[in-house]
Amino acid sequence: MYELADVRKVFDDGSVALDGVSLTVGRGEHVAFIGPSGAGKTTLFRILNLTLRPTGGTLRLDGIDVATLSGPALRRARMRIGTIYQQHNLVGRLRVVHNVLAGNLGRWSTLTALGSLVRPREAGQAARALAQVGMPEKLHARTDELSGGQQQRVAIARVLIQAPDIILADEPVSSVDPTLAVSLVILLRDISSESRKTLLMNLHSVDLALTYFPRIVGIRDGRVQFDLAPDKVTAELLEELFAGHADEEREVAALRAGMSPFGRACRPLPGFDR
Amino acid sequence: MAGPVGRYPDSTGRRAFRYLLIAAVAVTFVLSLRTAQVDPRLLLDPQALSNVARFVSGALPPRVDREFLAFLVRPIAETVQISVMGMVLAVLIGAPLGLLATSSLTWRGILHERATRAGRVLGGLLPYGLARALLSVFRSIPEYVWAFMFVRAVGLGPFPGVLALGVAYGGMLGKVYSEILEGVNPRPLEALHAAGAGKSGVVLYGLVPEALPHVVSYTLYRWECAIRASAIMGFVGAGGLGQQIELSMRMFQFDEVLTLLAVLLALVGAVDFVSGRVRAKVVG
Repeated sequence: MYELADVRKVFDDGSVALDGVSLTVGRGEHVAFIGPSGAGKTTLFRILNLTLRPTGGTLRLDGIDVATLSGPALRRARMRIGTIYQQHNLVGRLRVVHNVLAGNLGRWSTLTALGSLVRPREAGQAARALAQVGMPEKLHARTDELSGGQQQRVAIARVLIQAPDIILADEPVSSVDPTLAVSLVILLRDISSESRKTLLMNLHSVDLALTYFPRIVGIRDGRVQFDLAPDKVTAELLEELFAGHADEEREVAALRAGMSPFGRACRPLPGFDR
Repeated sequence: MAGPVGRYPDSTGRRAFRYLLIAAVAVTFVLSLRTAQVDPRLLLDPQALSNVARFVSGALPPRVDREFLAFLVRPIAETVQISVMGMVLAVLIGAPLGLLATSSLTWRGILHERATRAGRVLGGLLPYGLARALLSVFRSIPEYVWAFMFVRAVGLGPFPGVLALGVAYGGMLGKVYSEILEGVNPRPLEALHAAGAGKSGVVLYGLVPEALPHVVSYTLYRWECAIRASAIMGFVGAGGLGQQIELSMRMFQFDEVLTLLAVLLALVGAVDFVSGRVRAKVVG
């Protein structure tokens, strides 16, 4: 699905966000990305969803070098990748139904898109997607009147409508409470498994990553620090990954002491005293 | 991690620039004070006072007889029609040019990260520059001057007033629309774009809904200004109340002028009321 070879990203201000990332992700795989804030995970996801262009290296999507894509071909490729953001990135003033149906914009003509704002097209489809994320009754609510967790569900429903082959979730649960976080991660995992979608997720919570993902990639200073199955990710590796980042170090220490904000929802981690 | 979102260190160069700016503003103010011949004493000059007294005594009481009021119906209706049609034309000119003049939509920022340099210049920067240039020409020529030119072109009456308002206000609307659109949070737009939406999709499902309250609010405010402007434009023969005010002033009929000004005030008040209702509906 994805092949990254020595992908680099240097921003115009000279800051190096990615410093040579090489990685292969197969179809249907579920991968969690962890690492301290500022490690370059969000930049990596913005490159993976074809928003940013790497300044070095190559990114292949199903064998095609995405640097060669432009115009309609680029839009078609983007349609195959659904992204969920930490801040939902919904249009607050639109009703939920329109935010959900916006997943169709890659397919719709301008006229169809305009017409749907007047009279929602395929509202049934939107209702089914909302039902799938567990809030069918909110179809006609104003989006900015929903809670953070509900908005994240709307964002997931939008991705369902988009029907991509790949789902990228960039810190999707950082702004919701722990119970909701677990249910959203499970929801995304189940949705992806059902239709064999590839799922890549940036996670701030190490224990969510280790519990729900079969493959863990640790990113630090724009490089891949490790790429392992969760049972191979030791406390020492995590301490090294987060070294120098006080907040995250404290969280890893708490995990080692057997304290997880998610309680029973996350299984005990191997190699941790519990 | 959020990427290239602006960090602007307060460098010495920037600080020096700021002091320079403050100095420039101060100098400009002092010079303006002299050259504009600001001298409040002139207001208290006996000659000036007697002129004012003549105007005021001539204006009181205002002329409100039935004949004059009946005669006013037509100019009032004309003023309202000029302002409405002028605003329709202004929106038709301002909205498309405003979209083109929005850099975040045409060539700069996150939506264009992957565009080639040539594509950015030809498909974005060029139309952007043209739209901005056109908008500044439209709005820097006062509506009064536009009206003067259009009266020469299409003759006396309300139509040149409509054209003048449409062009001058189209320029202002376009400029302000583009500023409002640039201010829209780009992250939801990035999300639409990343999901494969084209420019029209980003505009319809992101930019416009987010900007709508400000756009409507500003357009209504401009409508209010348009009522007043249509009075000024009447002075050059573009119909409406203005033409009547000019005639009455020239005839020293200050009692008529006072009535006309009161009517204008009432019209502006009525527009303010209507736009307040509309605004509450859209913004709510």
